[in-house]
Amino acid sequence: MSRADPAVSPAGLGRRRAVGFMLPALVLIGVFLVFPALWTIYLGLTDYRLTGLAAADPHVVGAANFTEALGDDRFRSSLWLTVQYVLGSAVVGQAVLGFALAWTLRNRPGPVKRITEGLVLLAWILPSSVVAFLWIALLDRDEGTLNAILHTPGTAWLLDHPMSSIIVFNVWRGTAFSMMLYGAALENVPPSHLETARLAGASTVQQLRDVVLPRIRGHVLTNLLLISLWTFNDFTAFQITAGGPEGRSEILPMYIYNVALSGGRLGFGAAISFLVLLINLVFAFAYLRILRGRREVVVP
Amino acid sequence: MTDARRAVGVIMRATFLAAVLGFFSLPLLWLASAPFDAHPTITASVPSLTLANFRSLLDNPYVLSSLRNSVIQAAASAALVVVLAALAAYALSRVRVPGRDALLYVLLLLSSVVTGTAAMVPLFELATRLNLIDTHLGVVLTLSGGLLPAAIFILKDFMDATPTSYEESARVFGASPLQILGHIVIPLVRPGLATIAVWAVANVWGSFLQPFILLRDPDKAPGSVILYTLYTEGGSPRLDLISTFSLLYSLPVVVMYVFVSRRYGFRFHGGIKR
Repeated sequence: MSRADPAVSPAGLGRRRAVGFMLPALVLIGVFLVFPALWTIYLGLTDYRLTGLAAADPHVVGAANFTEALGDDRFRSSLWLTVQYVLGSAVVGQAVLGFALAWTLRNRPGPVKRITEGLVLLAWILPSSVVAFLWIALLDRDEGTLNAILHTPGTAWLLDHPMSSIIVFNVWRGTAFSMMLYGAALENVPPSHLETARLAGASTVQQLRDVVLPRIRGHVLTNLLLISLWTFNDFTAFQITAGGPEGRSEILPMYIYNVALSGGRLGFGAAISFLVLLINLVFAFAYLRILRGRREVVVP
Repeated sequence: MTDARRAVGVIMRATFLAAVLGFFSLPLLWLASAPFDAHPTITASVPSLTLANFRSLLDNPYVLSSLRNSVIQAAASAALVVVLAALAAYALSRVRVPGRDALLYVLLLLSSVVTGTAAMVPLFELATRLNLIDTHLGVVLTLSGGLLPAAIFILKDFMDATPTSYEESARVFGASPLQILGHIVIPLVRPGLATIAVWAVANVWGSFLQPFILLRDPDKAPGSVILYTLYTEGGSPRLDLISTFSLLYSLPVVVMYVFVSRRYGFRFHGGIKR
């Protein structure tokens, strides 16, 4: 082994040993991440069930699950609710509120900034079961804090407006990420450019459009893609409404759970899971394209 | 800029920040007041102070065992992720394996694409076939598999940043690769390992979907699942219990978060989340 051999590390780690070091991690990832993804494809083509005849002897039914899903009102309504959820809570809610916060708090050190950031971050890091119950307590019909403040006793927010409730909830839950990402992005905008624009009489909207946006365009795209992907896959709202009442807040993650694991139709659920995987893949590829050439990676 | 325009700006900013503070603190009020209230209702209110709720919490058998389960699952996952990721990241950082960067990106891509939601059916099936339903091991392996790619990616960054000259001299003195890793590299990347460990613990501590579908036996369920069943199952929820438990369950995550951001600074691309 010569020193110039690129396959040998400074510590004398040969290529074979290197593979040995990587193997345990790769096996675990292979079995519990890669294999399930591939298996979803197969399961989605069968009529596999949790119990009964099709549990013991599942049949390959081809694309029947997909054609059935596309004709199913419950699935189509779930898809539409998911679009509302992602657009409403992530693309509009979290991104806009997060940017507004980052913009308002920039170059403004002090207790107000620390307290605001701390509260927004707290909503983000608390365990999902805890925040779910906090929102149930907030929106409760008889004794909820919101009804007490608004003087609207007896308003059942989670029954009358389940979709709006979980959209507002998810804005509350996830704005921290956008706020921090935009906060970091705004540091790339030279204050002198903003000052020049201001002296030239540019309004805030004009400053944002002409000075700020061109410099943070990459961050905006990264942010929108990641928060959409996470919101699309988030299961936390299940702990608030479980999809009800009557499926009026049943976004895709809850739909899969209710149909496959609660209802026992594993094959059908796997077919829907596969569609989710495909959509995730589109998001992820778009993200990688933006990322190319940049070193920073945001880890969920 | 005229004074009037500036004044309007200040007022608008203050109004906006006040609204945001209200929006974000409102749901948290209940968490701050109810656990110390002698007669908690679901409305956030000024409590008549007591610590009795914490005592009744300790009397509930499910609460204590679920906390123990959470600790077991979080600690085991963190240990597994740190050890396996450190080994893999070291090899990837020091040896030019063909297709290394592509492999890293594909793994990272997979970990964000194959989420619990998208893979809940096959994960449930896999656990069933491997007899991992109702075991801590099933939860630990499932969650670790999802966390590993990102952990390897971050740790490789830390390893790349450490000089290789120590390793070369240790090799001259005849140390084996594992000794070099354990005695030289690990101490150098300790901040990275701590970050990964805390990140893994916080993730597992807050995870709900995987333990929810993989554990049917309440004796094995972690706090996050027990908390959910405390308010969904059985008539009227015990608010004193739920509120106190919520607070207790949140504390470790908040403490770890503060610790890491104080000690190592908040590195954005290694942000602690989910």
